Amino acid sequence: MSRLLRSRLIWPVAVLLVLLVINVSVVPGFLTVTVRDGHLFGSLVDIARNGAPTLIIAVAMTLVIATRGIDLSVGAVGAIAGALTCSIIIDAPDPGSPATVAAAIGISLVLALALGLWNGALVAALGLQPIVATLILMTAGRGVAMLITEGQIVTVNSPAFKVIGSGFLLGVPVPVLIAVAVVVLAAVLTRRTALGLLIESVGINPEASRQAGIRSRGLVIGVYVACALAAALAGLVLTSNQTAADANNTGLFIELDAILAVVIGGTSLAGGRYSLAGTVVGALVIQTLVTTVYTVGIPPIVTMIFKAAVITAVCLLQSPATTATLARWRRSLRGSPPAGAAPPPPSTPLVQGSGAKVALR
Amino acid sequence: MTSPKHGPVIVTAVLFIVLFGVGGGLYEGFFSAQVLANLLVDNAFLLVLAVGMTFVILSGGIDLSVGAVMALSTVIAARLLQAGVGPAVTIVAVLAVASVLGLLVGGMIQHFGVQPFIATLAAMFLARGLCYVIAPQSISIDDPFFTTVASLQIPVWADVTVSPGAVIAVLVVLAAFLVLRATRFGRTVYALGGAESSSLLMGLAVNRTKIAVYVISGFCSGLAGILFSFYTLSGYSLTAIGAELDAIAAVVIGGTLLTGGYGFVLGSALGVLVLGTIQTIITFQGTLSSWWTRIFIGALLLVFIVLQKLLTTRRT
Repeated sequence: MSRLLRSRLIWPVAVLLVLLVINVSVVPGFLTVTVRDGHLFGSLVDIARNGAPTLIIAVAMTLVIATRGIDLSVGAVGAIAGALTCSIIIDAPDPGSPATVAAAIGISLVLALALGLWNGALVAALGLQPIVATLILMTAGRGVAMLITEGQIVTVNSPAFKVIGSGFLLGVPVPVLIAVAVVVLAAVLTRRTALGLLIESVGINPEASRQAGIRSRGLVIGVYVACALAAALAGLVLTSNQTAADANNTGLFIELDAILAVVIGGTSLAGGRYSLAGTVVGALVIQTLVTTVYTVGIPPIVTMIFKAAVITAVCLLQSPATTATLARWRRSLRGSPPAGAAPPPPSTPLVQGSGAKVALR
Repeated sequence: MTSPKHGPVIVTAVLFIVLFGVGGGLYEGFFSAQVLANLLVDNAFLLVLAVGMTFVILSGGIDLSVGAVMALSTVIAARLLQAGVGPAVTIVAVLAVASVLGLLVGGMIQHFGVQPFIATLAAMFLARGLCYVIAPQSISIDDPFFTTVASLQIPVWADVTVSPGAVIAVLVVLAAFLVLRATRFGRTVYALGGAESSSLLMGLAVNRTKIAVYVISGFCSGLAGILFSFYTLSGYSLTAIGAELDAIAAVVIGGTLLTGGYGFVLGSALGVLVLGTIQTIITFQGTLSSWWTRIFIGALLLVFIVLQKLLTTRRT
C-alpha cells in the first residue's frame, strides 16, 4: 500500500526536485534558510508563504473533487471575504484593535459559510452539475464583492489585520501556519476518522453510498462549506498581504491554480480517490515553478505558459492512453528475453513503478 | 412550453422582449431600431464566441479557452499588421492559429481522454501566456483595410446602420444554424452530447466530431478576435478576461443543456442579446454601476439552470 502511494507521488515529487535543482544551479544559496530578527528568511520560506493561499484552497478543493465535484467559485468567495473584512475594518471606530479585526473576520467567515451552503445546496439538493452550480457564484461573486467595496479598492491600515498576511509567529510566517493548520485539520478529520472513506465512497457512487446508509447529501454540502471557508481564509491572507481589498483581482485565477495543484498531486477529477499529500506537493510545485521562472530571469508574466506545459504534461502522463502504452511497452520488454536487442529505456524506474501499479490493480 | 427542447428558448425570447419593453418604458430613446442594431454591433464578438461554445456544449464538452484565444487573436493580428503583413494574410494566419489550438485541445480530449475542462484550461493558460510574450502592451492597428472596415456603416433600414462585424456575426449564426440542423455532422454533435457510448455503438464518427467541435470553437474564437480588433482597432493581451463565462452564460440562458444533447444556436444568439440588453439598460440608467451586470447575469444563469433542471426532471 505504501509503495502504491509512493508511486502515485513520484511524478510530482520528481518535478519538484527538478525545479529545486534548477534553482540551486542558478542561485547557489537557494536552499539556505536564515534567521533574522527571530524570523525565518530564505527562498524556501518565500515559496511556502506565497504558496499558502493556493494550498489552503487546494486542500479543501481536494475533498470537493473527491466527491466528484469541483468548486469554481473559490476566487470570487475569497474576494468577497476580503472585501467584507476590509470594509468592516475601515468603517469601524478603531480599525487597529484586534477585537475589530477578529469581529470582521468572524463575520466574513460566517458569510463564507453561507456561500458554501448555497453551493452545496445547489449541488446536493437541486442535483446540479458542480461545475454549473459553482459557475453561478463565480460569475456573480465578483459583482457582489464590487458591491461591498462600492467599486473601490479598499485600503486597510490595520496592524492587527496585517499580521495574517505578513506576520510571523515563533519565526514562521503566519500564512504558512494557517496553511499547515488547514492541512493537519483536513488530514486528521479525513484520515483519523471514517470521514475520508465516506467522502471517497460518495465520489465513487453517490447512489450506492446513500443506499448503504451514508448521508451523502450532508457530506457533499459539508465539503462545499469547507471549500468556501478555505477560500475565505485564503482571501483574507491575500488581502492582508496587499493591505487592500481589490474586488476584481483578489484571488483571480486562484481556482485554476488550486485545481491544478490537486490534479498534479494525482487526485483524479473523476472523484473517489484523493491524496492530500499529493495536493501539498502539487501546490508547492506550482509555487516553486513561479519562483523558478523569476530565478531564471524569464519575465514572470510568461509563467502561464509554463503552467500550461505542466498541466498538459501531467494530464498526458496520467491519461489512460499513456498508461496503456506504457503497460504494453513493459509487457513487450518482458516478452522479448534478449533484452540487449532493445534499447535501454531512458527512465526504467518510472516505467517499473507504473508497471507495478498496473499489476497491483 | 414544458419540453426541455423548446421551453427555455421560448422563455429566453419572452425575457428578451420583456427586457427590451422595460427598457423602452423606462428610458426615452431606448425603444429604437438603432439601439437594437447596436446590440448586434457591440456584441458581435460575443455572438461568434457563443456560436463556437454552443457546438462544444452541445457535444457535452466545455471550452474555457475562448476568451484567451480571442485575446491572443487580437494580439497576433495587431502584431502582424504592425510588422507590415497584409490584412488578408493576417486574417488567415489568425484563424489558422486559433483553429490549430482548437485541434490540439480536441486531440488531447479525444485521444488522451483528458477532461475538456482541464484541456481547455491548459489552452487558456497557454494563450494568455503567449499574448504577453508577443505583446505586453496594447498595440494599436492603423492598417488602412482595418480602419476602413472599422468605420464602415452598412445601412439596413432607413437610417439604421450596423457594422460589418455585426453582419459577419449574424452570418456565422445562420451558418451554424444550418450546419446543426441540416447536416450529418450537426446531428452527430447532438448524438454525441446525448449519449457518447450510444453514438459509438451506432457507428457515428464520434472521434472526428469530438475533435471538430473544438476546432470550430477555436476558429470562432479567432474570428471573434478579428471582429474585436475591427471594433477596437487594437490588440491587447488583457482583453476578454471572463469572456468565456459570458459565452457559457449566453449559451445556457439560450436554453442549451450544459450536459449536452439539447439546444439551439439561435437560442444562444438570443442569450447574447439578453446579456446585451441588460448591459444597455444599465448604461441608460446611468446610476447603476457596471458590477450589477455580473450579478444580474449570475441570477439569470441560476434561474435558467434551475428551469432546465425542472424541465428535464419532469421528462424522465
